[in-house]
Formats: sequence, structure tokens, C-alpha cells
Amino acid sequence: MKNKSLISINDYTKEEYFRILEVAAEFEKNPNQKLLDNYVVASLFFEPSTRTRLSFETAIQRLGGRVIGFSEATNTSQAKGESFNDTIMTISKYADLIVMRHPIEGSARYASEISRVPIINAGDGSNQHPTQCLLDLYSIYKTQGTLENLKLCLVGDLKYGRTVHSLLMAMSEFNPTFNFISPSSLRMPQEYKDYLDSKGIKYNEYEELEPNIKDADIVYVTRVQRERFSDLLEYEKVKNVYVLKNKMLDGTKDNMRVLHPLPRVNEIDVDVDANPKAYYFEQAENGVYTRMAIIALILGLK
Amino acid sequence: MKEELTVKAIENGTVIDHIQADKLYKILSIIGIENFDTPVFFGNNLPSKKYGTKAIIKIADKYPSDDDANKIALIDPKAVINIIKDFKVVDKRQVQLPEKIEGFVKCFNPKCITNHEKVSTKFTVVKKDGKIGLKCRYCEKITWEDNIEII
Ligand SMILES: [Zn+2]
Repeated sequence: MKNKSLISINDYTKEEYFRILEVAAEFEKNPNQKLLDNYVVASLFFEPSTRTRLSFETAIQRLGGRVIGFSEATNTSQAKGESFNDTIMTISKYADLIVMRHPIEGSARYASEISRVPIINAGDGSNQHPTQCLLDLYSIYKTQGTLENLKLCLVGDLKYGRTVHSLLMAMSEFNPTFNFISPSSLRMPQEYKDYLDSKGIKYNEYEELEPNIKDADIVYVTRVQRERFSDLLEYEKVKNVYVLKNKMLDGTKDNMRVLHPLPRVNEIDVDVDANPKAYYFEQAENGVYTRMAIIALILGLK
Repeated sequence: MKEELTVKAIENGTVIDHIQADKLYKILSIIGIENFDTPVFFGNNLPSKKYGTKAIIKIADKYPSDDDANKIALIDPKAVINIIKDFKVVDKRQVQLPEKIEGFVKCFNPKCITNHEKVSTKFTVVKKDGKIGLKCRYCEKITWEDNIEII
């Protein structure tokens, strides 16, 4: 993995996923390992994403590295008209590693082609966000003890949700069964269902939430965003249908855990938070260990 | 041979044959016919044993590059390229769709980096239900054949 940019979840093999999970577990046991002493990491957020940025910057700081960068594109050279190409070329001369988020799709792949140092994609538009996927895998592995043969319910916006698409692709290596639970207008796109068919992976599609999570090992909730609806009446109809409430967890499996990429708005009621099956804040914490692992492995320090 | 007589024979050059009739103008445009300075002849709606009707293009004193052949394959994978020397066919080949296409097709995704920076496009050719698609190396979206636009 040394010097190998992480742009898309498909860039890494199953063995590499496990190596990341293994190292993440080491960091969880001992989070303050100053492996990045004398390293400078660039954190380039061409669009704001406070949660992802803080998670990365925490990971870098816990490793003892120093961070340079920006949290939004205003006031940067780009705002003054510098090309993306020149920004990456320049910063790759300053830093040992670049973490970047950019609204343009494919920007991270392009950066990895021109940069002298490895790139970690922290989200390129609606395309890829591989570290989110790896922290989801870590959370699933940690709570279930395995990634094999699990039943995953994916809930909410399955049409545009980049997170659920990446998770589907990554978990498909491990013989899962899926329940897709969404409003009819936000169903899982056909190309992903074709992919599952080609691999012989079973899935069901439902519009109702409560009855279809009872046999799940993982319930992965995502937000149904208003801006996805051209018909606001349709949004009003569905927005409260996909709200997970504590009562709905009655009768679910003991090992079941509720995940959410955060930030949450109202799709998981706060009354779920006290339930031991609620796992989304631990999931966010896992993000730091997973990112520490990815950074350390790419820099060849593990 | 008889069919070819309907368009003037050339001494040296290239004959692109068995073009589907509705693909003629697209092929003329992608090979950049307007920039040619040697004689070019073409015919459309000619009788074809295989497809009913076909189109044919004859270009004097010019030979296609691999890039040209790729472009033609992308528009009409059934086309045949004949190389002519002294009025005789010295090489005849069915165009082959390559696995990768670089540089001359636009990615249909307006949010793709290739439509924002000076980045040459790179695609992997995919097929689904008899349709050709180009998967972008950058944004990972597929441009299907109906949306293919030559740069
Ligand atoms: Zn693209």
C-alpha cells in the first residue's frame, strides 16, 4: 500500500481492506503513536466538510504529524484563478501526503496522476469517498466479528447516496444479503442491482421500514434530502416515513447495530441514541482510527 | 466489386466500406473530412447484400491511423477498412473496438474534471445489452453510445 493513492474503494484489494482494519484496531488500542513526527500532511478542502476534515486532522495530529491546508476554496489561490493542476503541483512539493475533497468528480484521480506524493480522496463530488467506506467496514467488522454472510439493511436515499453505493460494492466481496428500504423514487439504481445479480448476491426492495429490519445484522441509515425531490409533495409524504425510532428496534437481533454516516438530521430519532444498538457515534470515532491506519500504511510507517 | 463501381475507384488510398447508412455523416465528421486536401468520394444508400443499404467512403492518398480506426469502430463497429495500392486491395480489416479510448470522446458528465480542466479523457470500453459504453477513468460514469460526442 506504500505510496499508493486511495481514490476509489475499488483501488484496494480485499487483503488490503483487512490490513487497514487490522492496523485500525492497533490504533484504537493505542491511539497516540507519534509515527508522523517530521511529516507534513496537506488537508485541501475545496468545499467545506467539517466532519470529514476534523476526522482527518485528528488522525494526523494523533499520529504527531503537522497539517497545512484550507477548509474551503474562498481566499485560496484557486479563488484567484489558479488552475487545479497548479495547486496540486505546488502543494505536492510542500507536503508528504495530500488529503483532498473537491466538488468536481474525478478530481482526486487526476490529482493522483500529477502529484509527486500520494493522494487520499476525502470525497470527489458524488463519485467516491473511500475512507468513509473503510470506516464503515471497520465498524461492521468490529461489531459483528466478521464481514462474511451478513444481512445489511440500507435505508433512505439509495439512488444518490454515494456512501451506500460504495458500501454495497465493498461488502459484495463477502456474500451479504441486502434489504433496500427507500421511497420508490429513491431506489437503488439498476446498475448496482445488475452487479449484485452478476455476483449471485440476494437482495430485496421494500418501501416500509419497520417490518423489514427485524432480521438485520446492520441497519445503515442515510438521509432523505429535500433537494432530491422535484415534487415537494412527494418529499412531504416520505420524509417522516424513514425516521428510525427506538420502539422499532424491539424484536431486532441482539447483535444488530444502527449505523449512519452523520451528520444526522431527523432520520434517526434521538430516542435511539441511548439504545445499545445505536452505534453511529462510535462509528465516527472509528473513522479516526481507520484514517490513522490508511495514512500510516500509505506513508509506509506500518 | 460490382457495388464498389458505383463510386469512383481510387488508385491509392483508403476505402471505408460496409458503413451503416445512417452512420455516414458521423464518420465523415470524426475523421475530419473537412481538413483533407486529397480527393474524397462517398456514397450513401448503396445496395448491400449484408444490410440492405450501406455507405462507403473513398479517400485518395491517405491511410488511417490507429486513432482513426478506433474512432470509426466506436461509431460503426461493422465497418471495414480497405487499403488500396495500384487499384488493388492490399489490406482489408474489420475495425476493432479497442479496450481503451483516449483523448477524442467527451465525457457526458458535466461535473467531470475532464470538462473543467485541461485533462485528456480516458475511457474503458464496456458493453451492456448490445450497447457500447465508455467508462470514464476520472468520474467513473459511463457515457453510452447515444451520448458519444467526439471532441
Ligand atoms: Zn468523466
